Amino acid sequence: MNKKIAEPVVEVQSLVAHYGSCEVLHGVDLSIQDGEIMVIMGGSGSGKSTVLRHMLGLNTPTSGVIKLLGQDITHISASKMDALRRNIGVSFQGGALFNSMTVGENIALPLREHTQLDEKTIRIMCRMKLELVNLAGFENLMPAQLSGGMVKRAALARAIIMDPKLLFFDEPSAGLDPVVSAELDELILRIRQAMKTTIVVVTHELDSTFRIADRITVLDQGNILMVGAIDEVRNSKNKRIKDLLERRAREIKIDAEEYLNRLTGETG
Amino acid sequence: MLRYIEKIGRATVGSIEELGYASSLLAESFYWIVFGARRGQAVSVSATFYQMLQVGIAAIPICAALSFAVGIMLAIQGINTLKAFGAESQVVVGIALSVTREFAPLIIGILIAGRSGSAIAARVGTMQVSQEIDALRVIGISPVRYLVVPALLAMIVMVPTLTFFADIVGMFGGAFFSVLELDISMQAYIDRTIKALVVDDVMQGLWKSVVFAVIIAIVGFVNGFSVSGGAEGVGKATTRSVVQAISLIIVADMVFTFYLNH
Ligand SMILES: Nc1ncnc2c1ncn2[C@@H]1O[C@H](COP(=O)(O)OP(=O)(O)OP(=O)(O)O)[C@@H](O)[C@H]1O
Ligand SMILES: [Mg+2]
Repeated sequence: MNKKIAEPVVEVQSLVAHYGSCEVLHGVDLSIQDGEIMVIMGGSGSGKSTVLRHMLGLNTPTSGVIKLLGQDITHISASKMDALRRNIGVSFQGGALFNSMTVGENIALPLREHTQLDEKTIRIMCRMKLELVNLAGFENLMPAQLSGGMVKRAALARAIIMDPKLLFFDEPSAGLDPVVSAELDELILRIRQAMKTTIVVVTHELDSTFRIADRITVLDQGNILMVGAIDEVRNSKNKRIKDLLERRAREIKIDAEEYLNRLTGETG
Repeated sequence: MLRYIEKIGRATVGSIEELGYASSLLAESFYWIVFGARRGQAVSVSATFYQMLQVGIAAIPICAALSFAVGIMLAIQGINTLKAFGAESQVVVGIALSVTREFAPLIIGILIAGRSGSAIAARVGTMQVSQEIDALRVIGISPVRYLVVPALLAMIVMVPTLTFFADIVGMFGGAFFSVLELDISMQAYIDRTIKALVVDDVMQGLWKSVVFAVIIAIVGFVNGFSVSGGAEGVGKATTRSVVQAISLIIVADMVFTFYLNH
């Protein structure tokens, strides 16, 4: 690297987000360097998916700055956003493959929509990516005919078809058995090695996190608890992080009066 | 009491919001039709034709059967009513005007709302739930350009086409019954129909059906895009889109008829 401090690929500054009138992110800061695998970890409802949706430009933040590849996506023209999206790949939790298309058509869609490549080149490129995710020969199946692990891999192939600089991955191991999910972890590492992609993974799987992460961001109830390398997180003295790592149930304080009010349905 | 008012207030805000969303969806569709190619996102011709097949061609048999039945029904009613005045031969004019101005557009509108409007809501709702809509957006494909515009164009072409088809079949239905019932030949019936109809009568019905087409498509998409909450949400959105589309069609029809006959 010739620059002393390379510009981060993803930079989130004091991101505040609401669903309706309920604030779910209370000022999240995040900075992800070129080529690293950043895992955003946290319990259920901590706001992982919400952070991800904001980074993808699917939700608009209440306030804060989100920079991807140096561009602030909260103040960007629609056509610039389109151009930026060609450098970004996303693999959704459920795969989000288009059910009306074959696996091959799914993977080819970004190429068909964004490039002028001829059909033969497109087909070769699709086969290469399918090969990379170990799905060679499956391009003519429909998504409904695939197993859960295959859906994830096909979604990954679609996410990397444009050779993105930045790859987002939502819950890679959700709903998969340990073996398949371990294979997926290897695949993520392989992709980083082959394409030098910066990868952001959102997950609550500890094993998977410790296998693939360069750095970990721990999110809790809309706040960032810590950002650090695997060992730093492992050795953290923070109680909430320890709870999360040791799968301890959190203590829930119950206010007796409030509880009574809730039961009787009276507010205030 | 206060709660009741609050409920009404919230429902009003909700429907105004929905109306706003529907208008923006329509405006955005026109944007893509006009400027899509310039932004490198042209509207897909093949997707539009595919939608036309689904909306139009596949609906021909059921359209034919319904409009034929409506023609017969009008003939039965017309002949019975006019008999009282000894003017049953005037039924020809009655059938021609009511089929072209009212019944063909209305029947086709309601039929397509039930058949294709619900299909739009279900398809888009399912895509919303499975994050396929999000996937389109992050790939950089506008869901409006990719999903709404082809279906909207297909509706705008096919609903009037089917209505025109229903005009003809409906009048044949009327003729079929009248020829059996009255002392009149098919040829004479056709001659008198042609003499009774002016282009305006047919056009009035066709313009209505263009409006119905837009209503069906936009209502289907508004409901589909607003789905949340899994399979149950899709079911609700589907039902809602059919009820809303049919209600709006009937109201629009009334308004239209009022202004066109004033
Ligand atoms: N569409 C929505 N409307 C309203 N509130 C929402 C919505 N989506 C999420 N929330 C709320 O926002 C908070 C954060 O949710 P989010 O989905 O980001 O959590 P998460 O960390 O992804 O959890 P999980 O691991 O269960 O997916 C939760 O309290 C949730 O109830
Ligand atoms: Mg989530």
